[in-house]
Formats: sequence, C-alpha cells, structure tokens
Amino acid sequence: MSGLVLAEVPFPPSVDDIFPPSLWESAPEWLTKFSLFLWLAVAVVLIYFLVSYRDPKIVPTKKQWLAESIYGFVREGVAKDVIGHEGLRFAPYLASLFCFILVGNIFSIVPLIQVSPNAHIAFPAVLALSTYGLYLYQGFKKHGFVGYLKHATVLPAPWFMQPLLLPIEALQAFILQPVTLALRLFANMFAGHMLLLVFTLGGFALLNAESLFLKPVALVSWAMTIALTFFELLIAALQAYVFTLLTANYLAGTLAEEH
Amino acid sequence: MLFLAEGAEHNPIIPIWQEIVLGFIAFGILCYVLMKFVFPRMEETFRARVDAIEGGIKRAEEAQAEANRLLEQYKQQLAEARTEAASIRDEARADAQGIREDILTKAREESDRIIAAGREALQTERQTIVRQLRAEIGSLAVDLAGRIVGESLEEEARRRGTVERFLDEIGDGAAGTAGRR
Repeated sequence: MSGLVLAEVPFPPSVDDIFPPSLWESAPEWLTKFSLFLWLAVAVVLIYFLVSYRDPKIVPTKKQWLAESIYGFVREGVAKDVIGHEGLRFAPYLASLFCFILVGNIFSIVPLIQVSPNAHIAFPAVLALSTYGLYLYQGFKKHGFVGYLKHATVLPAPWFMQPLLLPIEALQAFILQPVTLALRLFANMFAGHMLLLVFTLGGFALLNAESLFLKPVALVSWAMTIALTFFELLIAALQAYVFTLLTANYLAGTLAEEH
Repeated sequence: MLFLAEGAEHNPIIPIWQEIVLGFIAFGILCYVLMKFVFPRMEETFRARVDAIEGGIKRAEEAQAEANRLLEQYKQQLAEARTEAASIRDEARADAQGIREDILTKAREESDRIIAAGREALQTERQTIVRQLRAEIGSLAVDLAGRIVGESLEEEARRRGTVERFLDEIGDGAAGTAGRR
C-alpha cells in the first residue's frame, strides 16, 4: 500500500531530481531544462539592462535609476570598497557576475521554473573558472609569472615556517579558492532545491498517509515550504553577493603590492 | 532502494561537460554585451552627471565672483564719484569766491576810473570855461573901459599886461574855490 503512495508522489526526493530528462525525446541527454533556464537567465538580464538603459539621461528616469542602482551597488559596495579605486575597472565584470547569479538563483523560487541553473555544478564552475582565469591573468600581468607565483605563495614569515606555509598557500590560491567558490554556490542552490522538494513532496506524502492524524500535518509541511521559499530568496541574494564579494576579494589579493 | 540505485548514476558534483561549454558561451555573451554596451554607458552617464553638477557649482561660483567683483567696482566708482563731486563743489565755491572778488575789484576799478575821468573832464571843462571867461571878461572890461575912458586907451596895448595880471589874480582866487569843490 505504501509502495503505491510512493509511486504516486516520489518521496523522499533524491539527487536524480536535479537530473531531469532531456527537453524533448530526441534531444541529447544533457540538453535539459537547466540549459533552457541558463539561457533564460542570460536573456532576462540582457533584456532588462538593454531596455532600461536604451536611452540614458543625465537626470534619470525611474527605470534607468534602478538599473544604475544595481550597477552602482556592485561598483561602490564591492569593487570600490574591496579592491579600492583600481577596482573600478572590474566593476562591469563583477556586476555582470552578480546580476547573472542573482537572476539564476531567484529562478529557484519562481513558479513553474523552481530550480536554479546554479544547482548544476557545471554553471557555478563556469563562473568560478572565469573568476579564476581573471585573477590569474591579472596576477601574471602585474607581477610576472614567477613574481605572481611568489606573491601568491610566499608569506612574510620565518624561513622555518615556509615548508608548512608554502603548500597551504599554494593550495589555497590555485585550487581551494576557485573550487570553494563553485561548490559554495552549487551546494546552496542544490540544498535549497532539495529542502523545498522535501517539504512540498512531504506534504503530499503526509496527505496520502493512511493514518488520519498525519493528514493535517501536511499543512504544516506546506507552511514550511512557504517559509523556506522566503528563506531561499534570502539565500539566493546572499549567495550572489558572496560570490561577487569573494571574486573581488581574490582580485584584491592578487593586485595587492604586498601581503 | 530504487532511488539509491539511480542516485549512483549521477554524481551531483561531477559537472556535465556540455553544460560547461554552454555555460561559458552563455556567460560570455552576457558579459560581452553588458560590459560593452551597458556598463560603460553607465560610467559615461555617471561622469556626465558629475561634470554637470561640478560644472554647475563652478559656474555659480564664477557668477558669484563676477558679481562680487562688479559690486566692488561699483562701490569704488561711487566713492570716486563722491570724492570728485566734493572736490568739484569746493572748486566751484572757490571759483565763485574768486569771480566775486574779481567782479568787485573790477567794479571798484571801473567806478574809480569813471569818477577819475569825470573829474578830469570837469577840470578840463572848467579850465576851458575859465579861459573863455577870462578872454571875454578881459575884452568886455577893455571895451567897457575904452567906452568909459575913450578910444585913446585902445591904442595903449601895453596896458594889457596890467589887465591880464589883474584877471589872473581874480582867476587864481576863483580856481582855488572850484578845485576845492
């Protein structure tokens, strides 16, 4: 009997829930709704900015002002604050990053979409690799190849500490930073999706329960879903901000003259 | 148990490489368009805005300075005009004084001159009259004496000296009285 209920509503959710079937029958296996949502996120960001910044004025309209505020937030709050005045040239990249991650993340609570492309590790990995490539390039350009390797790994410490510090610093700069960047975003989005699934599907599972006492508990479960949706919105914005902030942070570390 | 078996098929932290390629293309396009067509224009707008505001302030400051300069100039000109007016007034007063004195002096001179001329003319007139009178009285007296004494006296021309002397004595007395008048 319980097997029948599970067949109706798959519970508990599993990892496979973020690996949906391909978009249409003959499409390649990898071409799923995640790819669709990826392009949707790109389109939303591009259309928003191109439309609201089609005809900029010195005295801005409300639409223009909002678009400028988003860019200004990243420009002043992240690029200028974290990297300093030199950071202003990275503001466009940081703002692009922020907007794309934010829109992608918010997809996780948009009805009918309800999953963020960032819940697939490939997309956070792309973003992390872009940041990684950017700060490596900036480091090599500023300090030279060997210079940057030294800059990133050698700390001003007594010589006998160096054997301990060198591997840690190297690991940190060349592996851990990009990997954690990608994993943090992916894990947050993946876990958020799973949480919402657990409580939504859990509600149905409870409703289908044989015990009459368990059926009303479904309402509690769905109330949790609603609460967690707001929480997910917070996470979505926070993770977009954290990703951008850390990117700026790594750039600042790379561009610093000394440690 | 079924979902666990299926879960083994996909590992969520192993990326799908096609998605990575797709992700790079999508993110690349996004960055390209935003960083080429949107954010630089925003920077431009920000700059234009800063220019507009700073320019406005600068223009206002310039106008203020110009106004102050003009005010200072007007004040100075006003002060100059006042000083000039005062000096002109003083000068005019001095001139008037001078002119009055001149006129008075000239008038006095003129009156003196007229008086002197009158006096002179009177003197001349008197002398002429005296001379005529003397001649007339002389001839009258001689005529009279001749008529009384007879024609013999007429011939005695030397006696004229006596008549002249007599008349001079009388004339001196008359002239002294006229001069004192």
